[in-house]
Amino acid sequence: MFRNQYDTDITTYSPQGRLHQVEYAMEAVKQGSASVGVRSKTHVVLATLKRFASELSGDQKKLFAIDDHVVIAISGLTADARVLSRYMRTETQHHKFMYDEPMPVGRLVLQVADKCQISTQRASKRPFGVGLLVAGVDENGPHLYQTCPSGNYFEYLAMAIGARSQSAKTYLERTYTTLAEAGVEELIQSAVTALRETVASSKDTELTTKNTAIAIVGTDGSGMRVLENAAVQPYIDALDAASPASDDEEEDGDGDNAAAAPAAAAPDAAAGEAAPAADAPAEGPADMQT
Amino acid sequence: MSGLRLTEGSRGLAASVAVEGAPLTRTQVPYVTGSSVLGMKCADGVVIACDTMASYGTLARFKSLSRMHQVSPNCILGVGGDYSDFQQLQTMVDAEMTAQYVANDGLTLSPKAIHSFLARHMYHRRCKVDPLWNTVIVAGFDKGEGVLSLVDLFGTAFSSDVLATGFGLHLGLPLLRNAHRPDITVAEAKGVLEDILKVLFYRDARTNDVVQLASVTAAGVEIGKMTKLKTEWGYKSFVEGARVGDDSSW
Repeated sequence: MFRNQYDTDITTYSPQGRLHQVEYAMEAVKQGSASVGVRSKTHVVLATLKRFASELSGDQKKLFAIDDHVVIAISGLTADARVLSRYMRTETQHHKFMYDEPMPVGRLVLQVADKCQISTQRASKRPFGVGLLVAGVDENGPHLYQTCPSGNYFEYLAMAIGARSQSAKTYLERTYTTLAEAGVEELIQSAVTALRETVASSKDTELTTKNTAIAIVGTDGSGMRVLENAAVQPYIDALDAASPASDDEEEDGDGDNAAAAPAAAAPDAAAGEAAPAADAPAEGPADMQT
Repeated sequence: MSGLRLTEGSRGLAASVAVEGAPLTRTQVPYVTGSSVLGMKCADGVVIACDTMASYGTLARFKSLSRMHQVSPNCILGVGGDYSDFQQLQTMVDAEMTAQYVANDGLTLSPKAIHSFLARHMYHRRCKVDPLWNTVIVAGFDKGEGVLSLVDLFGTAFSSDVLATGFGLHLGLPLLRNAHRPDITVAEAKGVLEDILKVLFYRDARTNDVVQLASVTAAGVEIGKMTKLKTEWGYKSFVEGARVGDDSSW
């Protein structure tokens, strides 16, 4: 029943110096469906894989517009993400009201990270079970940030979070050097290709116009836009036109994911549960996560 | 400007005792006041100017106080109205700039953001019926362009090519408008502003002849030394006064 005698209380360290509840929250992010972000010198693109709670339901929202210049993609508990996105919307509006200027993306991310950190240090709270990819533009150009339930945040050139994101990360690590100079269309295609890596080994999931959503933010004053449904068709078509991702690569990806998992409290449980849950979208606990 | 009686009139209100049930009222009247600030936007930057007197009612109480405050490397304030409220304003703006600095991300507030920040605070205070009794001119230079904006004690906020506060609103503003051209340079505008300060010294009893000019350009803020205006009092009508039967105040 108990994986660990030190994991019932958020604020109690294990003798190894770890906070298990925080690490479990990080696992919740890994079980959410994947989100990918890529950045060029002028734009940031997010690509997300949406899950459906059932055949009859609509999709779980993965992209949240925060302001004219910021959009987030989420992996993990959707309900927690809604709280964070509402907070971010309030903060960006407040900044605009106070200073008559859009909020710098880094400042916003820092505040979110601080908010996440608070719930790792108070006994009466629980960490947010969601990770964000924050895409935005400000005076200093385009930015892509990742936030974690632990309160950590990082800026990236390209990043993927969520189920089997390691496959996308492997792809991005191979190709990121070309992204800086990429045009918008090329950047979108990179994001979608990276996202496809996360489903390439799955027998029953593939990218479709229904489960793929894309967000684009640019420094050219065009603001932020979201592509869904028919609008993503060209990018999916382009995937099929290109050579399909090789299967063995994906096996590597899964392997990496499992290899990364032991960093968590219970390696057997994490690796054992995370992977199947991610494979089967309609499975119980996964309903809460996107 | 009936709502802007800065020096005389309803001083009794300041000592108003809180009446039970009545709304709480605070600073209803300014005490030590500065008069005009002038500002002009130029092709290559912005110039502001003010005298250096702070009056206690009609008394010329302090005669070499600077009414300018540098906020950032590319932004300064010129402030008229209550001097202690101006000092409070300096503390508040400096605290905000320090908060920006300690975020340690290299970002700070632009002149436009500083103007907005001040406007929010001034309006907030007026809503508490506890206004900071000032008119603030924000002068800055950002992204290759001059910024010249104003906030008053009600939180009214706007930008203009020429701005004036206090008595300068009456006597200075028309002169500023006449003198302004889009291609006027900072050097030329300094001369214009000094001339207008001279007019104000002749006509505004709450102004002295020691003045300060400041400019903000691509090179940054430059606040000049306090300098004494050269004035001429030998005019015949100055010396002999008004003729009999003439309605002129001279």
